[in-house]
Amino acid sequence: MDFELTDEQKAIKKAAREFAEGMFPEVAEECDLNETFPKALWKKACDLGFVGVFIDEAYGGPGLGLMENILIMEEFCRVDAGCASVVLTTLGAEFILLYGREEQKKKYLPGLTRGEAIMGMAITEPDAGSDVSSVSTVARRVNDRYVINGNKMFITNGSIADFLIILCVTNENEKVRSRRHSAILVETNRKGFEANQLKRKLGMRASDTAEIHFSDVEVPLENLIGEAEGEGFYQLMAVFNRSRVTVAMISVGVAQGGLEKAISYAKQRKQFGSPLGSFQGIQFKLADMASWIEASRALCYKAAWMVDHGKIDPKLISMAKWFAGEAAVKVIDEVVQIHGGYGYLGEYGIERLYRNAKLAEIVEGTKEIEKLIIARELLGRM
Amino acid sequence: MDFELSNEQRDIQKAAREFAEGEFQEMAREYDRKEEFPRDLWKKACQLGFIGLFIKEEYGGQGLGILEHSMVMEEFWRVDPGCGNILLSVFGSEIIQLFGREEQKKKYLPPLPRGEAIMGTAITEPDAGSDITSIATRAKKDKDSYLVNGTKQFITNGSIADYLVVICVTNPEAESRLKRFSALIIETNRPGVEATKITGKLGIRASDTAELHFSEVRVPQENLIGTQEGQGFYQTMQLFNINRVIAASQGVGVAQGALDKAIKHVKQRKQFGQFIGAFQAVQFKIAEMATWVEAARALYYKAGWMIDHGKVDPKIISIAKYLAGEVGVKVANEALQLHGGYGYIADYDIERFYRDAKIVEIYEGTKEIEKNTIARELLGKL
Repeated sequence: MDFELTDEQKAIKKAAREFAEGMFPEVAEECDLNETFPKALWKKACDLGFVGVFIDEAYGGPGLGLMENILIMEEFCRVDAGCASVVLTTLGAEFILLYGREEQKKKYLPGLTRGEAIMGMAITEPDAGSDVSSVSTVARRVNDRYVINGNKMFITNGSIADFLIILCVTNENEKVRSRRHSAILVETNRKGFEANQLKRKLGMRASDTAEIHFSDVEVPLENLIGEAEGEGFYQLMAVFNRSRVTVAMISVGVAQGGLEKAISYAKQRKQFGSPLGSFQGIQFKLADMASWIEASRALCYKAAWMVDHGKIDPKLISMAKWFAGEAAVKVIDEVVQIHGGYGYLGEYGIERLYRNAKLAEIVEGTKEIEKLIIARELLGRM
Repeated sequence: MDFELSNEQRDIQKAAREFAEGEFQEMAREYDRKEEFPRDLWKKACQLGFIGLFIKEEYGGQGLGILEHSMVMEEFWRVDPGCGNILLSVFGSEIIQLFGREEQKKKYLPPLPRGEAIMGTAITEPDAGSDITSIATRAKKDKDSYLVNGTKQFITNGSIADYLVVICVTNPEAESRLKRFSALIIETNRPGVEATKITGKLGIRASDTAELHFSEVRVPQENLIGTQEGQGFYQTMQLFNINRVIAASQGVGVAQGALDKAIKHVKQRKQFGQFIGAFQAVQFKIAEMATWVEAARALYYKAGWMIDHGKVDPKIISIAKYLAGEVGVKVANEALQLHGGYGYIADYDIERFYRDAKIVEIYEGTKEIEKNTIARELLGKL
């Protein structure tokens, strides 16, 4: 056992913190207000090597692990979760890394870390949320091409991405529902592709989200991820095992940032003649918040370490994800509470935390789905 | 970082589990009912090397860490908390090992793992609980000895111990309240020591608890722990750093044991024509319980590992203890709930776990005191 970060990990964390503290505050509010993705910030993050750290050196990344990726995520989200979406420009790259063919890896991965391309993955549909296997976007084989038709919903980076991994039905007649789907890479400049940015999200407004229509979009057969059709569902589960840890860490970062703001406010703000922090009622809140965060972080670190060491544990990953998500929502609720009226106003940036925190309980598998996974691992099929 | 147990740790864990499952199950109910310390079990545990793992080899122990000791505690508590407390027969030896003089270590430590002596630590008094510095038991210098007078309350092993570390006032005139205390070793066969066993405890009834009266008890000066008076408070804080981690492992153990029982029950019990584990409401409970346990375990592992590596962090320790205590109570409660009426009667053991779990939120510092500690670390003195 060893609970210490390596020197390299400490250095990465520190660099990420300095970058976020230096760059995020000036754009955070504006990006939230205008619902725009901070492109210039993303470019800078790429230049400094914060984007796609888990991508192998052969494909333009530094070849680090999920652990390093989440350390960056934590520090970024500590300052602003919306701006931290600059790291989410590699969303779905794991599909290519884990299952893509060599030429796909060479073609699509290097652009991500160089700041030349943004990607995403399109799974959810208007009527297929938690129930992934009811995805109905169809990719029909016509000669040497797939012809894709359907709608995708709530797609991160949908309107800014250069390419997306789409989960589609390719094997409609397959008996087992989970063998009907394939992951196909679709460039967003193809004819028949239409993305509409979704506005007025509760939080994470600097992160792009879109609704997507595919109307007879043609892609070559070689855009299939992997060698065989029908693997999409299983590939997705493997990708979720990684992306869920990353999302869990968004929660840890948001909560940690909020806690620090609450601590500093509790030390400055005076009522009844003494700082808020001198009241036990406030002290106990802060102690609870710090405890939930520490527990969340411990679960996330362990889950990430295990993934990086080839010991993938979906139960632990799901635990980290729902627990950290819930902890963040609870922590930020208390952060607003401690700030009182000031916390309720946009001016102080606290209400943005409140709105941002909620996402992790929904995205990449709702917390209810995480609990089903945990229960299934513990009880078996019932 | 490394989140894996070493092979040795795994072996210890396995051996502890086998011993507890083999030996505790049958007698647990009986010792609970009789409110009696399971002396035979304690002897066997000594013979098998489970007692005092952290005592250095030169003093008859195994020279392992607090983490290993806590891991054994978890396994023991998982089967039965009351019987599990045979491990507390070394309670307070940490203070001797850390601060005792060489001759004290040689005299008092070796009999503990050999099963020849039981010890305890007497801190709490009728009017001094969380507020330790209001301890009033007086040790007055009289030539080359101390005369001890006072009353101690809720003392673990109080009526079965051969010797106790007793926190007394030796320097009432010291300006700082924290410098007024010393830790003395008092053999329980000295004239004037009177122990009255406390019966009717809510839980851990196989663990001995007593009220102690010291009336003109004469103790040689060499029984002072350390080389100078006035260190007792600080020594106690160090002891708490260790014992709070151990208490956290108890919370995890009782929770894991209750969860094990709940899982078994929901897979067997049928209602409305199906196993109750097939109902989502039950699955969610199980998932939440397992997550809390996992989080609490991750924290006590980290806190224990840090102590064993010389990085004592009272904040992490308090977080681990507070959360593990609460997790024990919540999980035992949910486990009982899932057992319904059967959970409410002694035959199913879960009612005993429900009673046993509560102590972790109270002893070794109430959870309120843990929160004070956490808040002080976060806020500094205000």
